[in-house]
Amino acid sequence: MDEKVEIIKVGIADMNVVSAPNRIRTSGLGSCVGVVLYDQGKEIAGLVHVMLPDSTLSKAGTLNHAKYADTGVKELVKKLTQFGARPSMLKAKIAGGAQMFQFSNTSDMMRIGPRNVEAVKKELAELKIAIMAEDVGGNSGRTIEFCPKSKILHIRTVNKGTQEW
Amino acid sequence: MGFISNLSSIHLDILKEIGNIGAGHAATALSKLLNKKIDMQVPNVKIVTFDEMMELSGGADHVVAAVFLRIEGEAPGSMFFVLPPEQATVFIKQMIGDEEFTFDQLGDNEIATSALQELGNILSGSYLSSLSDFTGLALYPSVPALSVDMVGAIISYGLIELSQVSDYAIVIDTALNEDDVELSESVRGHFFLLPDPDSFHIIFESLGVRDNG
Repeated sequence: MDEKVEIIKVGIADMNVVSAPNRIRTSGLGSCVGVVLYDQGKEIAGLVHVMLPDSTLSKAGTLNHAKYADTGVKELVKKLTQFGARPSMLKAKIAGGAQMFQFSNTSDMMRIGPRNVEAVKKELAELKIAIMAEDVGGNSGRTIEFCPKSKILHIRTVNKGTQEW
Repeated sequence: MGFISNLSSIHLDILKEIGNIGAGHAATALSKLLNKKIDMQVPNVKIVTFDEMMELSGGADHVVAAVFLRIEGEAPGSMFFVLPPEQATVFIKQMIGDEEFTFDQLGDNEIATSALQELGNILSGSYLSSLSDFTGLALYPSVPALSVDMVGAIISYGLIELSQVSDYAIVIDTALNEDDVELSESVRGHFFLLPDPDSFHIIFESLGVRDNG
């Protein structure tokens, strides 16, 4: 029990992998979606903080894979596999995709949260990764932390405190 | 990425001046509204990564009250007026004349919410109209939306347009605080103006400066 627990932080449009006893965290998810993938039989997990649904929206020269739902999830699976996870054993927990501000003229861009969630789910379905827990939508920001040992996702919001998923 | 690497020091100075004029007018409006001296800092124009953008207002986890509006018209963009809870409480107390008010009540107190939204409305309105006068561009603010939540969750909303083009944001940041209150950097009120990528050359052109100049 004396092992030092390190918390790996993942920034916006970023990803990383972690093994027990360490944990992995991303802060301030709004319309962004945090996707946690973990190997059910091993104590390793990865987290990607997705900002946009679709990499074809990109007008940038260089593509940051972690920014988009479609490329981010694929890239994380690849990273986890290199890290020792078995693709067939991967499960997912997702959180985020909130609608932070309510506008009357809801353009597509302003609906970005729900679109991110849809895109993540579509990508996970294509890769045949089951979603074990999801806390998506609503209108509050979330900070999430995953423990690869217990496979519990801790979700903190300003109003509701910390919940376990 | 191109639009950021093309910026020269003249461009940065122009953006700084925009922050100066806009926030100057907003500070005057705030000062009149509260009948107090308001201190404004020299604007900062920074090219930052998205994570650094969160750090500017205390880190992604930090809870703030923010008024967000979309700028529509000839040079679209996003604007935030971000207040730390401490300062929002002070402003609300003065506006609604209730010394008992605490920040936790904000969710249930309609008058307080409305007061804070109106404050954001007035300030961002004066920022934008001075910007519009200065550049001669037609700029229309959307109805401002108020949210009390984590910085990361709020600010990332304004980065969506930008994020399709770049991994960096150009932010025009001006800090405001009451003259007689000494506050640390993280508890000051901030204006963030985030022009959409295509808006930069429109702004520069309106002031007679060429993009690649």
